[in-house]
Amino acid sequence: MSATRGRTRAAYDVAAVRRDFPILRTTVHGKPLVYLDSAASAQKPRAVIDAERDLYERYYSNIHRGVHQLSVQATDAYESARARVQAFLGARESREIVFTRGTTEAINLVAQSWGRPKLRPGDEVLLSALEHHSNIVPWQMLCEQTGAVLRVAPIDERGDVELDAWERLLSPRTKIAAFSHVSNALGTVNPVERMTALAHAAGAVVLVDGAQAAPHVAIDVQALGCDFYAFSGHKVYGPSGIGALYGRAALLEEMPPWQGGGDMIASVTFEKTTYNVLPYKLEAGTPNIAGGIGLGAALDYVNGLGLDAIAAHEDDLLRYGTEALSGVPGLRLVGTARRKAGVLSFVLEGIHPHDVGTILDYEGVAVRTGHHCAQPVMDRYGLPGTARASLACFNTREDLDALVRGIAKVKEMFR
Amino acid sequence: MTGATELRELYQETILDHSKRPRNFREMPEATGRADGVNPLCGDRATVFVRLAGDVLEDVSFRGVGCSISTASASMMTEAVGGRTRAEVEALFEGFHRMVTGDPARAGEDAAPGLGKLAAFAGVSEFPVRVKCASLPWHTLKAALAGEGRATTE
Repeated sequence: MSATRGRTRAAYDVAAVRRDFPILRTTVHGKPLVYLDSAASAQKPRAVIDAERDLYERYYSNIHRGVHQLSVQATDAYESARARVQAFLGARESREIVFTRGTTEAINLVAQSWGRPKLRPGDEVLLSALEHHSNIVPWQMLCEQTGAVLRVAPIDERGDVELDAWERLLSPRTKIAAFSHVSNALGTVNPVERMTALAHAAGAVVLVDGAQAAPHVAIDVQALGCDFYAFSGHKVYGPSGIGALYGRAALLEEMPPWQGGGDMIASVTFEKTTYNVLPYKLEAGTPNIAGGIGLGAALDYVNGLGLDAIAAHEDDLLRYGTEALSGVPGLRLVGTARRKAGVLSFVLEGIHPHDVGTILDYEGVAVRTGHHCAQPVMDRYGLPGTARASLACFNTREDLDALVRGIAKVKEMFR
Repeated sequence: MTGATELRELYQETILDHSKRPRNFREMPEATGRADGVNPLCGDRATVFVRLAGDVLEDVSFRGVGCSISTASASMMTEAVGGRTRAEVEALFEGFHRMVTGDPARAGEDAAPGLGKLAAFAGVSEFPVRVKCASLPWHTLKAALAGEGRATTE
């Protein structure tokens, strides 16, 4: 697989990639589907669909339990998916990978299991103003529970985190700093290494929300230096309801279980329960078995195309789309950060994003409209919401041409 | 119906006109009641002000940020309900709600008796995700009349 990582753009066969995604043959309101909503959730390649079907048709069973053959096979498949996540993130050990329902659950896990026993009144949690609600609300809940205080580093007009403010807001009181690798609303790619180094210098632990990064940029948690990294399967072409948390083993070791149940124990009596080893200590109950196996298949798929090749393809589309949209009178791009991935967020003068979305839908063009679960970002720009076109490995320049044609229809309707 | 026809049914001239130039789009210092409405799915917000004299809705106005459907719905609602009694407003809302939700069980009934210009919103029933846009101002009005202060489409 790694041999294909370095494939150049010339070798990127987008027509072949499109054939891997059965849904792209569908039509919407009689028009061919132009799917520009992968930042909300990505479509699934045949390999992922097949991996789930194969499990259910050939070897489905509960895992970590049975001595019978199916259970052994299903356990192997599930654990080999964990190994793929480990490789995908560049983690040192597979026990540093905790399967969760997704990024949201992973962040809640860290807030409750790492944060709640540690934080004291007056301690601080530092976020960036770019965050998705899932990287805000769990920390607000933690602050309410512990008396800690939430701090937020602002973003500038382009949508870059103000690094001076980030540095200034860090202090010995900062116990954890949490921020996104890539912003879902604006596409900003944050300087993770620098933000992490600054936070570490202040003595804070660092959590990176990688939900939006995983499908677009190669991730190496050791190079990034972060302590926790969370991502969701469904945004990286895998199933929904599965995701993973990377945590440095030393930190995960000291965290108490956050849910009790089966699989997370070594032994149980009514007097005392001994917890299982990592990562099972943090994985109570029968997990999303098919989801985990599907996620493994999705990561294989992404590695097969090569994340660098995908990134180069999407960067070309981002440049093309930015130029095309910039030429539309009355259109304003929201989020023009120095480094971006996968997202073109915009507003049309005098036309509400919902109306844009409805009319584009009738052209077969699927975009997300609204606040993108990032209301503070919208407030920063004084907008109720934006329309957001987001890119995936299967998109083409023609998709963006269809978007621009659709926008012309929107403007015609509201002329 | 073709896509273009459905879209035109949704975005009728009256609706576009009211969305661009909403009527009674103002605060009301002398209001006897008000409510803030929010659609948590999209973040649209509307504040509806009412002035009641006895049982009669003497004046109604609104402020807020919303899409063309919710803005036009609020604007046309204020024109439709001004001077009416609470019971009349309630009946209008019921008729309006039946029309935009396109309740098939009641398809035999004429959805728009007495709805007048509000019949322009009949096309919304073809767009299930937009029904809440059209009904947010009405839910908010109802809350303002009930003295509840807050309304949500959820």
